[in-house]
Amino acid sequence: MTEAIAVSGLRKSYGKTVALDGLDLSVAEGEVHGFLGPNGAGKTTTIRILLGLLRADGGTARLLGGDPWHEATALHRRLAYVPGDVTLWPSLTGGEVIDLLGRLRGSLDAKRRALLLERFELDPTKKARTYSKGNRQKVALISALASDVELLILDEPTAGLDPLMEATFRECVEEERHSGRTVLLSSHILSEVEALCERVTIIRAGRTAESGTLAELRHLTRTSISADLVRRPAGFEQLPGVHDLDLQDFTAHGPDRRGATGLGARVRCEVDSDKLDEVLRHLADAGVLSLVSQPPTLEELFLRHYAVGDQQEVPA
Amino acid sequence: MTALATRGPRAGRESPLTGSGALAKLAARRDRVMLAAWIYVITILVVSTGYSFKGLYKTLASREALVAGISHDPTTLALAGPVWGTSVGALTAYKVGASAAVAAGLMSIFIVIRHTRADEEAGRLELVGSTAVGRSAALAVGVLLAAAANGVVVLLVFAGLTIVGLPAGGSAALALAIGTCGLLFAAVAAAAAQLSESARGARGIAICVLAAAYLLMSAGAAAGTSGLGWLMWLSPIGWANQVRAYAGDRWLVLALPLAATVVVAAAAAWLAGRRDLGAGLVPPRPGPAEGSRSLRSPLALAWRLQRVSLIGWVAGVLIAGAAFGSIANNIGSLLGSGSQAKDAIARLGGQSGLTDAYLAAMMGILGLVTAAYAISVVLHLRSEETSQHADPVLASATGRLNWGASYLIVAAAGSAVVLAAAGLGAGLSFGLRAGATGTQVPRLIGAALAQWPAVLAVAAVAVLLFGLWPEACVAGGWTALGLAAAVELLGPTLRLAQPIQDISPFTHVPKLPGGTVSAAPLIWLILAAAVLTAAGLAGLRRRDIG
Repeated sequence: MTEAIAVSGLRKSYGKTVALDGLDLSVAEGEVHGFLGPNGAGKTTTIRILLGLLRADGGTARLLGGDPWHEATALHRRLAYVPGDVTLWPSLTGGEVIDLLGRLRGSLDAKRRALLLERFELDPTKKARTYSKGNRQKVALISALASDVELLILDEPTAGLDPLMEATFRECVEEERHSGRTVLLSSHILSEVEALCERVTIIRAGRTAESGTLAELRHLTRTSISADLVRRPAGFEQLPGVHDLDLQDFTAHGPDRRGATGLGARVRCEVDSDKLDEVLRHLADAGVLSLVSQPPTLEELFLRHYAVGDQQEVPA
Repeated sequence: MTALATRGPRAGRESPLTGSGALAKLAARRDRVMLAAWIYVITILVVSTGYSFKGLYKTLASREALVAGISHDPTTLALAGPVWGTSVGALTAYKVGASAAVAAGLMSIFIVIRHTRADEEAGRLELVGSTAVGRSAALAVGVLLAAAANGVVVLLVFAGLTIVGLPAGGSAALALAIGTCGLLFAAVAAAAAQLSESARGARGIAICVLAAAYLLMSAGAAAGTSGLGWLMWLSPIGWANQVRAYAGDRWLVLALPLAATVVVAAAAAWLAGRRDLGAGLVPPRPGPAEGSRSLRSPLALAWRLQRVSLIGWVAGVLIAGAAFGSIANNIGSLLGSGSQAKDAIARLGGQSGLTDAYLAAMMGILGLVTAAYAISVVLHLRSEETSQHADPVLASATGRLNWGASYLIVAAAGSAVVLAAAGLGAGLSFGLRAGATGTQVPRLIGAALAQWPAVLAVAAVAVLLFGLWPEACVAGGWTALGLAAAVELLGPTLRLAQPIQDISPFTHVPKLPGGTVSAAPLIWLILAAAVLTAAGLAGLRRRDIG
């Protein structure tokens, strides 16, 4: 597997503020890679270093096999970038900006440009100062997607788009994937990441918190279990992988199937996905009356990684 | 049900000025350094002039000689306006009144635009406007802050001049003449902020009005009592002079800038109430759907973004040059036929020598104006960077040198065009009346272009800072120009030591027309500009962007 982006131990400070504190990021050629993290985690700083706009204080960064600082101009012919906050020259029209940026990059496919204008429903004759945030975003997207490049670096590219346009954007990225281009997609929209990305990297406070395929990351999350049991399960509190346990006595009213009215137990807890088997065996031993289990959601995954201050709970 | 009928204490129709107090506090906090610097510079400019005149011209005889020289020299009259008395105070008012009035005007323009159109363009006013803040609050805050700054200038200048030992009445008149001019330009800037959609455009409009005011004063003063002398009364800077501080103190003249302030401010408020947030008065039109074939390089982009501004500067200096050229025709007749006048003429090299000396001094002024243009183009690099317009360009196959150099090429070539236009204007109007267009046009274009190396050297200071210390390049670039202007305009009269005068590149260019040309200083200036530019670009290659 050749790497389109290989970053390791990347450091960058602004005065006393540490923006990146040993960040790792690896993006394989031809994959769509999700780049996630809370606001201020260092996503944009990483991207600006990859673009040669900032100089890293330490660590290594390789982009398309080259050095992003020293070979910036040559590398930039092979990539297109969409900033998170697109600001355009107010006196130029959208069409002019699309063409200018494409030409500065060195390539622009006129047919694709026309097609994309139609798909994104953008009026290219308007002056940039009259565009809304979403329309400015479209200008940058169309210019990037219409360029014949190997790598797309997209920094929260759908932040201002309406749901219809977001769907169009997803189609476009799918097509890019099929044509073999590499995409680094920084995003907060989890459904978008889930739909588009094979692998994701989650960063927090300038460091990589987690990296892998979505399936691998799901494995690291917890399933919520809620069960009514015939007896109190023995030693349940000591089981590894059980969190947030809420164990209550519960009186089963009326005749049950076993013909007895007795004292049972009601259990609610979170279980690490890799300990699920053992926990279920314990529950079964205690006689399960009812069982509800909820699989981990992506949101939960991110919330757990984004939340600051409970680092000890992040699975190693 | 009673709860539904109850309305908040603030419901209903609110004043468009609601929230001004909180905004004013914020504005004063954001600007505390800039305000202090402006106030300090203007106060020092005036008070130090009074102080040095007191030392330099102790005897009445020495002052009378100076006044006689000034009154017979349209060149000096055009620079600073007429002198109305022979006291130290009157000389101070003459020497520094116009420059201080211009400086106060500039201060007001920068303050007001910063808090109105610049905030609006950056989108900050949108956020502020969504809170309980009235529609005209930002405008009011900008104007009030500028008014307060001018008020402080008036107090400090008055106090400083009185401490130096000048009469209190005249000191108050001079301080108020400066302050009211500053106040009027706060209103002018407020109106300009309504007209243009961009802060740069608004600043440009207001500075053009200020430049026009200076040129009217200059033309009126050089014309003296003959013919066009009334031009001076069309200019706020002329009014500041006509207050005649320390020489009669005509307090009533102060009513002119105050009345004009009220009228212009009312017009600004009227305009502000009639437009949308973010919009100017000119509605946007659709443009081309595709970039023209030529729009394919950073240089093409820089040219595209700068061409309207260049046209404006060219038109401005063409008119200014023409005004100077037409005054030059009357230089001889303005001096009259007294023996003192004849002496002055002889000292300056006869009739043609006098005209040339006047034109050469005006070329120096036009050189400073052109340097302002060149610096504004260089500093556009910084605004491209901070507004993140540079990011997508630098993320394309455009190297930093290529990007930076594109603006420097526009600055260098553009300033040559601006200078040539100034020379053309002067040559045409001077040549037409003198019946020698064919010789005067190339002669004066050449004279104007002699300023070019000095323009490049001043602009190169801004390039150096942009590369090595970008946070300081805006303030530093304009400070460099301010120093050069101070030396050019005040140096000879204040008898500044030669090493101090030598720091201004404009000291080293030949005084054309009429002067002798030697290549060495021009080559040195171009070399200095090249070295500073190279150092700046080297810094740009190494530093972080944004």
